[in-house]
Amino acid sequence: MIISIASGKGGTGKTTVAVNLALTLMETESVYLLDCDVEEPNAHLFLRPRLEGSAKVTVPVPIVDEEQCNECGRCGETCAFNAILPLGKHVLTFHELCHGCGGCALLCPTGAIREEPLEIGVVEWGHAGSISHIHGRLKIGSPLAPPVVRAVKKHAQNRSLGAVSIIDAPPGTSCPVVASVSGSDFCLLVTEPTPFGLHDLTLAVDMVRELGVNFGVVINRAGLGNGGLVDYCRAENIPILARIPFDRKYAKCYAKGGRLIEEFPEIRKILQDLWHAVCVSAERV
Amino acid sequence: MKIAVTAQDKNLDSEFDSRFGRCKYFAIVDLDTEECSFTQNEATIALGGAGVKSAQFLAGCGVSAVITGHVGPNASRALEAAGIKVFIMESGTVRDAIAAYKEGALTQVSGATTDSHTGLNT
Repeated sequence: MIISIASGKGGTGKTTVAVNLALTLMETESVYLLDCDVEEPNAHLFLRPRLEGSAKVTVPVPIVDEEQCNECGRCGETCAFNAILPLGKHVLTFHELCHGCGGCALLCPTGAIREEPLEIGVVEWGHAGSISHIHGRLKIGSPLAPPVVRAVKKHAQNRSLGAVSIIDAPPGTSCPVVASVSGSDFCLLVTEPTPFGLHDLTLAVDMVRELGVNFGVVINRAGLGNGGLVDYCRAENIPILARIPFDRKYAKCYAKGGRLIEEFPEIRKILQDLWHAVCVSAERV
Repeated sequence: MKIAVTAQDKNLDSEFDSRFGRCKYFAIVDLDTEECSFTQNEATIALGGAGVKSAQFLAGCGVSAVITGHVGPNASRALEAAGIKVFIMESGTVRDAIAAYKEGALTQVSGATTDSHTGLNT
């Protein structure tokens, strides 16, 4: 079972839900926690895993031998990201724009283009108690997060059969989020009852519907704001699977890197109920 | 000799566009015949590398200089490789830009004058 935890808006509580759900489930399930927010992974701050290994993530980028170039220009025409620019026999490459599709090398009729791996990040793994923790870290300056996200998921893929995998996704609805949520059995959209939270939730709902992933909403900081969020969920027939109340003591615990379920039994109960609701929802499909 | 001006609309009295890669139009000016044609910039909707794509377009037009507001690192590299000089100005119309170029009143720059993605945020 793969559960991704996403949100439109940042800072709604994805990592809080992901980490505490993992800690709640570790008593009864084999749990994998995949932190796919590779631009700023933070689940490890709460789980404090012992790291056991790491692997580089690379994308293939083009290297051009201008001697062999026949100036056909196909490499430049095929690149959707303008990462290769043929100017006569002089061919410029922009590796930070390259998505590593290999199209230029494939289409080059003279074999003037070969590919070299460019390091864009790293996958690290380890354990926090019985929880298997895997996260990715995008190299500073590299703009290409999705291959690192996919590398995190690939590392877990064969090992986590029969386990519960919890994917902590990045905020937003862009490519790294799509890469994180794709292929999940269920997606929890964590939001807050504010106009901003609601606005970005609607974007996230459009995204998960497009991906065909079954989903439900978790309201964090419940009690804040207004009723717009609940009205929206009701009108769209979206199940609200859990409500985490707004309370300063939870924020304090989070801010010092604490684990909510260890300090507040009511949170453990909320997450146990959430897990049951997810299982029921997932089975209904 | 031909030069290009980045423009917000397609006539001589429209404001020049300070963005390079994602400018709305390119004015291509033939300084010998005084002819000026406007082309909509296809790179405004590029997924990435708009500056590179725009430089490629200008190289294909055979221009030897471009007048714009600022250029990012990738655009700068591509323009330099294509042998296109970069002149910058702050404000004015396309007509002003051409006149200032002819008077030699514009500053030529080498290298980037701004970070990547500036044109996406303005």
